[in-house]
Amino acid sequence: MAEIRFAGYGGQGIIRSGIIVGKGASIYDHKFSTMNQAFGPEARGGACSSQVVLSDTKVLYPYVTVSDVLVAMSQEGYDMFEPELNDKGILLIDEDLVKTKPPRGKIKSFSIPSTRLAEELGNRVFANVVMLGFFTAATKLVSKEGMEKAVADSVPERFIKHNLKAFQKGYDYYKDKL
Amino acid sequence: MKTNLKAVLTGTHTLSGNEACIEGAFAAGCLFLAAYPIMPAIETIERYLKRSAEVGATFIQMEDEISALAAVIGASWTGKKSMTATSGPGFSNMMEHLGLGVMLETPCVIIDVQRTGPSLGIPNRAGQADMMQARWGSHGDYEVITLAPGSPQEMFDFTIKAFNFSEKYRTPVIVISDEYIAHKKEKVVIPPADGIKITPRRYFKGQKDKYLPFKRDKDFVPRMVDIGDGFKFHVTGLTHDDKGYPIMLEECQEYNVHPILWKIRNHVDEIVEFQETGTVDAEIVIVYYGATSEAAIKAMKQAKDMGIKVGGLKLDVVWPFPDKKIAELAEKVKAFVVPEINYGQIVSEVERCSYGNANVIFVSHGEKGINNTDDIVSAIKLALKEKERKKGIIEYRSQAGSS
Repeated sequence: MAEIRFAGYGGQGIIRSGIIVGKGASIYDHKFSTMNQAFGPEARGGACSSQVVLSDTKVLYPYVTVSDVLVAMSQEGYDMFEPELNDKGILLIDEDLVKTKPPRGKIKSFSIPSTRLAEELGNRVFANVVMLGFFTAATKLVSKEGMEKAVADSVPERFIKHNLKAFQKGYDYYKDKL
Repeated sequence: MKTNLKAVLTGTHTLSGNEACIEGAFAAGCLFLAAYPIMPAIETIERYLKRSAEVGATFIQMEDEISALAAVIGASWTGKKSMTATSGPGFSNMMEHLGLGVMLETPCVIIDVQRTGPSLGIPNRAGQADMMQARWGSHGDYEVITLAPGSPQEMFDFTIKAFNFSEKYRTPVIVISDEYIAHKKEKVVIPPADGIKITPRRYFKGQKDKYLPFKRDKDFVPRMVDIGDGFKFHVTGLTHDDKGYPIMLEECQEYNVHPILWKIRNHVDEIVEFQETGTVDAEIVIVYYGATSEAAIKAMKQAKDMGIKVGGLKLDVVWPFPDKKIAELAEKVKAFVVPEINYGQIVSEVERCSYGNANVIFVSHGEKGINNTDDIVSAIKLALKEKERKKGIIEYRSQAGSS
């Protein structure tokens, strides 16, 4: 079982990221998942987070209590949710957007310039998908095939190719780094 | 009615409760939604709009919730299965026409996605404090059927059930969910169209001049016709006779309104549905519904691991209340534990139906929005420790901050 928190600003695709991970796990990897979201009244720019619980059996308590993975795409999100991260958890950040505190416990921390990489691909809206590729490679919680299918399933048809390219970029960034 | 194949999205999907609800409605043959947008019910309207063109359904945004339900009742009389979706503040506005729907015996479905209250409360936080409003919110004597789904899958299944009940008993039916189920995304399996049981409308099949809109059959359910088909009749919220004309006599009040209650009360056993787990040898039974389901199931597992004999009763249909079942369990068990996201509503019904035969312990939501598992487990332990039969409801105070 794994509890995952995505945190960032409204408009970055934070909730969509949660949906894609949940879809990859429950529909394509045939596990169980549940996703919850928290957002303010603003359409864009406000603090926003989504929480995903993955499990091999039916999910019984769907709110994240202690997260195993934190994906932070804003400083505010990092500051708010870093304390709930497990001592042995995994921290993934957009290195251009988040300044981290000194490491705590045995937390494994990985960083990627996801927004910058997305801009290189032509549009910063792909930042969350770049991050999802990175997430898939770093955590291995959901299969790459499952995630790719879930990405393709969750975006407008004419952007599937772009999104899969963005996903691969994030995935390769992790593989190349290690 | 022919089944529109595009209306049933057969397959496995990742849907939120709100989205699953609309898919359930389309699968049941719903063709009309009138609503006034409100958090956290908004995604129902979005989904309906997105799919309405291919399904051939109609959406009207009304000026408020009062007119939304009025439009739904009107649309239902034209032969279209109709629904509305709202949250607490809008549900309050709908109370007037909930009564009208009951009095005109009009099939329709009302989705109430509960948030906190009173008044505006917190728009995007879950609550279960409209449970009594669903039963008693409108004035006058009436019975209402209310279903309480506990997951997006149940949101799909129960919305279909709601349409079926509304057609079978010619009455408004409420599906009461909450922000938590509404926004939670989970796997939802939609069966093929021919695998979904649909109750068709009970139509009058006689001569045009012989139709009486409130003439009851042996089940106390009158037959319907579609407005516009050339039948001449009258409907009114005033007390009326079989023809639908107002008659201001007490005998008519009895003749008109009492059967509206009978048609539900005489069929309670067919309507009431619940899921029982491990109640056979249980000492403690958790009674739960809707959003608290998962926390209750987890607590049940934890308590079982500690060697406590604990069972669960999930209420799928909340109104009419399963009086008989609770009374029967009360004679066997030591106590009921009732977790709710409010400060005590369904728990009072559990207490009423246990007739002093079992202790009733209430677990409110504390500060965490949804009941946390530890609180429910602690309440179970408290129930076990209690040796005496206590009068009234024992309130377990949440230990805030734990999880």
